[in-house]
Amino acid sequence: MPAVSKGDGMRGLAVFISDIRNCKSKEAEIKRINKELANIRSKFKGDKALDGYSKKKYVCKLLFIFLLGHDIDFGHMEAVNLLSSNKYTEKQIGYLFISVLVNSNSDLIRLINNAIKNDLASRNPTFMNLALHCIANVGSREMAEAFASEVPRILVAGDTMDSVKQSAALCLLRLYRSSPDLVPMGDWTARVVHLLNDQHLGVVTAATSLITTLAQKNPDDFKTSVSLAVARLSRIVSSASIDLQDYTYYFVAAPWLSVKLLRLLQCYPPPEDAALRGRLTECLETILNKAQEPPKSKKVQHSNAKNAVLFEAISLIIHHDSEPTLLVRACNQLGQFLQHRETNLRYLALESMCTLASSEFSHEAVKTHIETVINALKTERDVSVRQRAVDLLYAMCDRSNAKQIVAEMLSYLENADYSIREEIVLKVAILAEKYAVDYTWYVDTILNLIRIAGDYVSEEVWYRVIQIVINRDDVQGYAAKTVFEALQAPACHENLVKVGGYILGEFGNLIAGDPRSSPLVQFNLLHSKFHLCSVPTRALLLSAYIKFINLFPEVKGTIQDVLRSDSQLRNADVELQQRAVEYLRLSCVASTDILATVLEEMPPFPERESSILAKLKKKKGPGHLPDINDSRRNVNGNAEPSEKNEGSTHPFTDLLNLNSTPSTGSSLLVDVFSDTSTPASTDVSEENFSRWSNTVSLVLAKKSRRLLTVSIFLTKNCVLVNSRFVCKNNGVLYENHLLQIGLRSEYRQNLGRIYVFYGNKTSAQFLNFSSSVSSPDTLKLNVHCKAVDPILEGGAQIQQILNIECVSDFMDEPVLNIQFRHGGTLQNIAVKLPVMLNKFFQPTEMTSQDFFQRWKQLGAPQQEVQKIFKAKHPMDKDVTRAKIIGFGVALLDGVDPNSENFVGAGIIHTKSTQVGCLLRLEPNTQAQMYRLTLRTSRDTVSVRLCDLLSEQF
Amino acid sequence: MSNQTSTRSLSCCITQVLLQLESQTDGWTPTFLMRFMLLFSRQGKLRLQKWYTATAERDKKKMVRELMQIVLARKPKMCSFLEWRDLKIVYKRYASLYFCCAIEEQDNELITLEVIHRFVELLDKYFGSVCELDIIFNFEKAYFILDEFLMGGEIQDTSKKSVLKAIEQADLLQEEDESPRSVLEEMGLA
Repeated sequence: MPAVSKGDGMRGLAVFISDIRNCKSKEAEIKRINKELANIRSKFKGDKALDGYSKKKYVCKLLFIFLLGHDIDFGHMEAVNLLSSNKYTEKQIGYLFISVLVNSNSDLIRLINNAIKNDLASRNPTFMNLALHCIANVGSREMAEAFASEVPRILVAGDTMDSVKQSAALCLLRLYRSSPDLVPMGDWTARVVHLLNDQHLGVVTAATSLITTLAQKNPDDFKTSVSLAVARLSRIVSSASIDLQDYTYYFVAAPWLSVKLLRLLQCYPPPEDAALRGRLTECLETILNKAQEPPKSKKVQHSNAKNAVLFEAISLIIHHDSEPTLLVRACNQLGQFLQHRETNLRYLALESMCTLASSEFSHEAVKTHIETVINALKTERDVSVRQRAVDLLYAMCDRSNAKQIVAEMLSYLENADYSIREEIVLKVAILAEKYAVDYTWYVDTILNLIRIAGDYVSEEVWYRVIQIVINRDDVQGYAAKTVFEALQAPACHENLVKVGGYILGEFGNLIAGDPRSSPLVQFNLLHSKFHLCSVPTRALLLSAYIKFINLFPEVKGTIQDVLRSDSQLRNADVELQQRAVEYLRLSCVASTDILATVLEEMPPFPERESSILAKLKKKKGPGHLPDINDSRRNVNGNAEPSEKNEGSTHPFTDLLNLNSTPSTGSSLLVDVFSDTSTPASTDVSEENFSRWSNTVSLVLAKKSRRLLTVSIFLTKNCVLVNSRFVCKNNGVLYENHLLQIGLRSEYRQNLGRIYVFYGNKTSAQFLNFSSSVSSPDTLKLNVHCKAVDPILEGGAQIQQILNIECVSDFMDEPVLNIQFRHGGTLQNIAVKLPVMLNKFFQPTEMTSQDFFQRWKQLGAPQQEVQKIFKAKHPMDKDVTRAKIIGFGVALLDGVDPNSENFVGAGIIHTKSTQVGCLLRLEPNTQAQMYRLTLRTSRDTVSVRLCDLLSEQF
Repeated sequence: MSNQTSTRSLSCCITQVLLQLESQTDGWTPTFLMRFMLLFSRQGKLRLQKWYTATAERDKKKMVRELMQIVLARKPKMCSFLEWRDLKIVYKRYASLYFCCAIEEQDNELITLEVIHRFVELLDKYFGSVCELDIIFNFEKAYFILDEFLMGGEIQDTSKKSVLKAIEQADLLQEEDESPRSVLEEMGLA
């Protein structure tokens, strides 16, 4: 038991908590909780009115159960009752319950709001605080609507107690954050600013938070806060540590308030008023000076609080970015922290320096710490600190130190944590390109990247190296030589094979003079990797081979043999097969001249500045997230044919267009790899896919709207639950107090798909949830269902897809069996699925002549079924039409000489056969009767359909 | 950066990572908003949770599970901060309990550490050398103390005295017939 058990000491609660703690297993715990829930429920439902204490105790127990992670779906009313209690603890527990378990039940919200209103008006500061806390804790829009104008009034009223002012300020802040539109600006804003001058530091602290948030959105309205904040800050930093009494924290004067004031100042540019600016600079200098003083305490709290203020001051200095001396001093201070024994400080120093590196005043100063940072990369034991070191190295990189930094990053990459590898790869790739003086270094770097961390090299990275090599004559020979050497390794990454294949295909001739890299050697080298590669890479290699045929006529025969082999020509992959066939053919029929034109070297990519770089340079505005699509498009957009080739369409493009899916633009790089799964092409196909699925869902939506109209008719007129789904495909299949089952179905020919939606109507989980379908005769009807998640959360919905295949005509519907555990009891539900024979109808339009001809053909007595029955629903012509269409047949107008009669035709699709069906419905409005006649080629079908349809009218 | 004037194209391989980096330099959102605070034991039992922004129950459970796993796996000498999703996690261990706060990218980590420490001090003062059991058996008190200290994710009063005074007043407001508490007097604002 706790050392202190204050006040009420709810014994029952303590016993219950002990019991729970003693539970040996999860099951035992759940059992104990269910017992308690049953007990509380009966107490709440009992005839005897509960006294306040018991109510409080039970509400508190419910809260405890909820906090253990169980769902609570009652007790809200009792908690609301507690709010109006005069006893503080009862009220307090009531408010706590409401704050933790808000229920959007509107009646309840009204009651809660009433209680809050009363407490706000009570003039009892403790009650007012409870009410304000509750508003802030819930913070919902309803709360804001009810109290957004009341809270500011309390905040600035002259007679409000300090503690209430604090709560009101933060409560208003919370409301403003969640619903800024509901908080009216007004006279109170000016008075709020003056709270910065308040005697009570607690009030100032709370008010500063509020003002900072308001000032971000309305900087002009709160401009006057700058001078007040500077004045306040100046008084704090120049005070002796004991001056502020209780607001001194481990010998640091009001650290929280200082941090907040410094944050507030970051909403504004440096003050224009010289005196004010001077005073602020003085404050910042004092803070920097204090960092150099010996600590007043050895406690970590002292240094944390002191440094929290220091880091915030540095943030402000960086934000202003106008005082070179301050920036350099900040940098030196951080430099000291880089070697501090506290891991936390090293982490923060690395992080803070990143931003300093971007200021022109301190960039050079940051660079002096390069050795320390590199050392951190090698020796820090915590990956999050190493990550910061990588960030800082990236930020401090420029032409002067790029080689060193890239080399260090590469060597770190060998052992880097998997979680940050990709990021490092990108950073290295960018730095290598950005600061490359000679491109041999660039090529080496990227190949090293692939060698060390091939899996983490994204497509963009190797595209880029190819773009650069193609554009720079001076590096092509070197690149060919280097990739050739790199490919010698017995195991090399597939990305290297891609780069190698591409570059040797283009520039292999530049190294072919050396007998060690003769054409045949090059080809054999590439081809030795072929069988280990994925399809996209193999496709690329095939393109490289055809390019070889042009570059090196002497290996033509060898390559043709390869292309001709069964493993190529009869490859299971269509793309590979097609490439092999076409390349082989091309190499056979085309003359050398044509080959040379068709397989000419790739033209250079146009140099242009990337829009992303422009974005980076502008670097204005928070939340400036990159437009991924944009950047991707740019990668490919770069690849338009350059000017010298304009006018004549590029032959290579044409060639590849022959055997590739239509490309998205004239981008060559993409064309070459149009069927490799580049991110670009994946992107495109994904886009297409989603566009496609949008269309599909649009069509579905339209369709379901149509079906909806039908179902409105039906629900109006057809009460028979069993037959409700004969003429419609969507709707609620089943519902009880726990579960709702909804359906959406689509049929096409003999196949159907049903989307079953299971909605948990309770707030508790369903466990072991499973559902299966049993078909009475699987030889006639196949139902395949995909498994669903065994847990169905309270209030949640899951979807299950059933695929249905009609093998031959069938009579009985399949049954959907659902099983789950709710609150300890196993629930079993079985419902018939509305899969009837008529679902597999395909409507058939036909002329009057055709109809009667077929009608006669189906004249055998067993083929016709007729039924005369009484109308169960009002005989509305439109409704009847809708039902017949919903049934699945085409409604044929003008066939029957009597325009009151309905005639329809359709074909039932099953896997084994198709059954044609004609029907005629003759209403007799006077007698309120119908006569339904059906003729199909199969007697069982006629009977079944007649039964189904006759129930509908 | 002073030499960012390179005009060569840099079209490849830019990811969010970099823009995030970049935005650190200019995307100032000077707020001090705590998103949530969690207290959990070394065994991974959640003892207290306080959410300062609207979060769906299901997400809460998922986040708690994920975070506990990450934090509990960390070694003692590691730093108290880590990046998680788009948040920064500041945590500290006191005896068997982990105190864990989620703050925003730009927030002040060190002051958050001291928010945790001040909260621990308040619990300590109130319960008299607090232990995990105190928080288990008096969870409602722990919530009240936290509410007095932090409101809507913002610090309400940093003075230990003010906060404790508020809590004590509340305790004194309880049933009058309760006997006076010696412990109360003990800490009694002396």
